[in-house]
Amino acid sequence: MTANQLARAISSHVRGAVVSHSKGIDMPTVVVRSDKLLDVCRYLRDEQGKNFLSAVSAVDFLGYGENVSGYFGTERGRDLNATGTWGSPATVEAPAKRFCVTYHLAHVDADGAPPDRVRLQVFADDGEPVPSVVEIWPTADWHEREQYDLMGIVFSGHPNLKRLIMPSDWDGHPLRKDYPIGGEPVQFTDAE
Amino acid sequence: MSTGIDHDVDRPQAPVVPLGTPCQIPPGAPSNVVPPPGEDLITVNFGPNHPSTHGVLRLIVTLDGEVVVGLDADIGYVHTGFEKNFEQKTYWKGIPYAPRMDYLGFFANELAYVGAVEQLIGLQVPPRAQWLRTLFAELNRIHSHLIYLGTSGIELGAMSLFFYCTRERDSVLDLFEMVTGVRMHDRYPQFGGVAEDLPKGFYAECKRFCREMPKHIDSYLDLTAENPIWKGRLQGIGTIPAETAIAMGLTGPNLRASGVPYDLRRNDPYLAYDQLDFDVVSAAEGDCYARYLCRTREMYESVRIIEQCLEGMPQGPVMADDRKYVLPPRAELQTSMESLIHHFKLVTEGFRTPAGQVYCAVESPRGEFGCYLVADGSPKPWRVHFRAPSFVSLEATAMCSVNRYIADMIAVVGSLDGVMGEADR
Repeated sequence: MTANQLARAISSHVRGAVVSHSKGIDMPTVVVRSDKLLDVCRYLRDEQGKNFLSAVSAVDFLGYGENVSGYFGTERGRDLNATGTWGSPATVEAPAKRFCVTYHLAHVDADGAPPDRVRLQVFADDGEPVPSVVEIWPTADWHEREQYDLMGIVFSGHPNLKRLIMPSDWDGHPLRKDYPIGGEPVQFTDAE
Repeated sequence: MSTGIDHDVDRPQAPVVPLGTPCQIPPGAPSNVVPPPGEDLITVNFGPNHPSTHGVLRLIVTLDGEVVVGLDADIGYVHTGFEKNFEQKTYWKGIPYAPRMDYLGFFANELAYVGAVEQLIGLQVPPRAQWLRTLFAELNRIHSHLIYLGTSGIELGAMSLFFYCTRERDSVLDLFEMVTGVRMHDRYPQFGGVAEDLPKGFYAECKRFCREMPKHIDSYLDLTAENPIWKGRLQGIGTIPAETAIAMGLTGPNLRASGVPYDLRRNDPYLAYDQLDFDVVSAAEGDCYARYLCRTREMYESVRIIEQCLEGMPQGPVMADDRKYVLPPRAELQTSMESLIHHFKLVTEGFRTPAGQVYCAVESPRGEFGCYLVADGSPKPWRVHFRAPSFVSLEATAMCSVNRYIADMIAVVGSLDGVMGEADR
């Protein structure tokens, strides 16, 4: 199914859900509104056979398209990748919202059919909740906890949203672009 | 020391479910079983440093007598920030990071990362390199399954099996060393192909390995498959029905043991798998024994694939001829100014990619290993995220272990075959 057909099928079942769609390098990609996400997911699982969630990945677009890749420093002198030393001329445009949550969906069955992957995306601002898909694909439990932990995405409706990878009392979300690299206080020292 | 528990009281413990009971996704959080309220429940920290947890997995187990009534798995003890590291490195310099996540199925990690970048820049890989990658992916699968068999055997008390498995594992690593110069974490696949062609003598050594390995697998099966203790510890334990396995995102042998013969090598062929003849091993029961049988029998298929690779591998270059992405041959640097410039640019600045996003999935020994890569057009990836099959498999630990004895939990953790380096990244 092409991205066009997919987007049309989604919009005909969940009105006003599709924000944009593209062919993608590897698979059809559809961006949907976060308040319609659950309806779209339920439609894709039940009607389109996307019974398998590969992964939930979050991306931080802070500083995207500003000639910078890697650590986006806010403190002068800490940025190893200052503008002009690395990166390309600004040809990419940063999305309107800072975070993007991506769901890679596939069809898994005993019938030997190809996975027929699609990519579903939702954009969110800092602190803006994204609905949890745990009730649709139970495997999302840890995936969402990981993205909450490392990227600070709040998944509303998640039954057990707490840190998974970092220690439970950790400050900040390490995969954000404004999280400083180097110089964190050492954990578990003898001095304690 | 008084523990406050009166051991003399003859109190019945919680009932256990019969063997072969299909496990159900717990209500609430699917990877966490909340213990029911009750008296005399003990909560035990099982791990993170425990010989039976396959690395640093921490299981917070609530016990009623010997029976597991609640379980919460905690991971992250070997979190090393791989994904953050990738963002600081040019694409080339990211390759050595990839194999260090799943340190047993290292080759699949490299394939996913390299495959994602190749897809992003549209780089064609020559056929011989595809076949070489296939060959080593299968050697690596044998390596990973051998460690699974050995270590899960140790956890069940089968000490000698581990020594046999490590003996054969060493011969796999010898083959890796012959070609790549190192035994693990080889950085062998590179953008556009593989680092080097096969050295002299590899063909004969690999042939010998293919001749001997099936006999060794026979002997493992002789030792274990009909062994009453082995069967008693594994059969009917942690039974996952097909529907549940798919919903919980299980892939690889864990899914195939539940009766879903889904294998990316067959369902979504990459590399040279569409030209090779092999069977997808599956089982119907979905218990620990089925997972063990699937993995062990998969080694036969891997040997078959390796033999076909040795026989059918086409001749030709092992690296793409695209100087904008691929390092020029060493000898050329002496004579060609252009090559020197390319070499310098690639090593210092790296290459630029189109902006975009790709997801590349390969069938690692543990299941679907995926690399999601977002590029902004600069020489460094904007974001790299790995879909780690161990991470997903360990979610099923709680569901498989509850309402059985704590000893069965050991069998479940072993049979799900998680590698903590990959789960925590």
